[in-house]
Amino acid sequence: MNIWVVFRKEMLEQWRTYKVLIVAAVLFLFGLTSPLLAKFTPEMLAAVPGLPAGLTDFIPTPSVADAISQYVKNMSQFGILLALLMSMGSVAQEKERGTAALILTRPVSRGTFILAKFGALKVTFAGSLLLAALGCWYYTYLLFEPLPWVPFLLLNGLMLVVFMVYVAMTLLCSTLVRSQSGAGGLAFGGLILLAGLGAFPRLAEYLPGRLFAWGAALALGVDKTAWPALWVSLGLIVVCLLAAVLVFRRQEL
Amino acid sequence: MSSIRVESLVKTYGPVHALDGLNLHVEAGSVFGFLGPNGAGKTTTMRILTGLARPTSGQAWVAGVDLATDGHDLSRRIGYLPEEPAFYPWMTPLEFLDYLGRLYGLQAKIRSARVKELLDLVKLGDSGRRRIGGFSRGMRQRLGFAAALVNQPEVLFLDEPASALDPAGRKEVLDLIGSLHGQCTVLMSTHILADVERVCDVIGIMARGRLIVQAARQELLEQVATPVFEVEAEDVYGLQAWAETGRTLPWVASVEFKAATARVVVKDVSLAKRELLPSLLQAGLVLNRYEELKPSLEDVFLRLVGGEGLK
Repeated sequence: MNIWVVFRKEMLEQWRTYKVLIVAAVLFLFGLTSPLLAKFTPEMLAAVPGLPAGLTDFIPTPSVADAISQYVKNMSQFGILLALLMSMGSVAQEKERGTAALILTRPVSRGTFILAKFGALKVTFAGSLLLAALGCWYYTYLLFEPLPWVPFLLLNGLMLVVFMVYVAMTLLCSTLVRSQSGAGGLAFGGLILLAGLGAFPRLAEYLPGRLFAWGAALALGVDKTAWPALWVSLGLIVVCLLAAVLVFRRQEL
Repeated sequence: MSSIRVESLVKTYGPVHALDGLNLHVEAGSVFGFLGPNGAGKTTTMRILTGLARPTSGQAWVAGVDLATDGHDLSRRIGYLPEEPAFYPWMTPLEFLDYLGRLYGLQAKIRSARVKELLDLVKLGDSGRRRIGGFSRGMRQRLGFAAALVNQPEVLFLDEPASALDPAGRKEVLDLIGSLHGQCTVLMSTHILADVERVCDVIGIMARGRLIVQAARQELLEQVATPVFEVEAEDVYGLQAWAETGRTLPWVASVEFKAATARVVVKDVSLAKRELLPSLLQAGLVLNRYEELKPSLEDVFLRLVGGEGLK
């Protein structure tokens, strides 16, 4: 199957162009430092000179919940940003440079071209998130208490789903336009739109962002689900990829 | 048998007719030179025939494959070298050709041998492990040529294949194209007329989205052959004197002077070949030069396309 040949090339490209390294390093760094920040932020605040007496009493004692909250906050910001940055040039740059024309006159379908890119980005993000999770788990264990493995992995799985929503959306944008910056701008618009919709509580229940809260609750053993958000997220991934393939099939190179 | 068949192909971009009812037949095994001024529709034709663009109307078949039905089958049978081939700068030529070989499903042993053979063919054997990002335009062009041959295509599309090369590189590529004669069908667009004269056996000239002429190279040259002889003599006055009587000869159309050279335009080339030289010698002239002017493809091109200029 040619999809494996193209996937292999995509992985090699991400490796050679340091995309794997960048995603892994950034996520790992924030995974590792999240429990550290949670643990030491109160101590750092208390050490600020000139703090009114008695104020330190109001700073709560850090807990494992703070470590998880910090981890989810960091991952949601930097993971999504990386999803946009790593995907925005995927198709647009190949069209702009002319490599798409050179490859698509070979036995490679347009669907294979898009799906292999999505698959490679998924592997990069999954691997990087696993590293980040290991870092976070280890420091949480050192500074607080060991987290139960399965719920913590489920949290990371849900975060991966959110990242993939943004990867798929950015791939669609990258297919729609011919320039990398245009694709980035369009994807950023999509990000703002989803964030804006998230401001409406009833709508937020159905948006990918809700998966972060569900994941955090899972990791902390709180009974709270967000199945509609998961279905919508998976649906968004499928719709974005399908739209990207259909649009790309109609495009002339 | 036609290797490429195009019938009434139309391609419009808004109000612009890039192709306006193009008809084209390219025989299997021939090297077809595709000429035309800028905007004539050559690249559009190639993009449609390689599956990168879709026609607005009309039909086309390449290597027996109907373009309207099966793009996947087409890609296994063709090779394509764009005007400015693009590559992944982080790859090496070895990796790139190997990647293409994998896409065609070549087995590891065959693939490795084919990659080596192609790199040697385009004189990039020593640069096989260098990053393509550091290659000159000429090197990229040669690599593009190798890339177009990975699958031993039945039909090879070459868009300006030698324009970026130095004279030595151009000679090598043209020799290579010439060597493909009979092995595969080549459709080559170029603005270098000398290249077409050198390697193409059939020539098609496009203008305004249509093919205005298609013929075997020699036939085309003869069709528009200019029946002109140029003569230079030791005694210029003697030549001028001959011109007075020469103009009255029944097979002579006119005699004009350009400095010391007489341009004799004849009505019947074969008769002139027999009669002109004896006539000059009978007049007692000692000749420095006597030449039948051969029309060049440039003459043909300019006559057919007029002042639209070359791409």
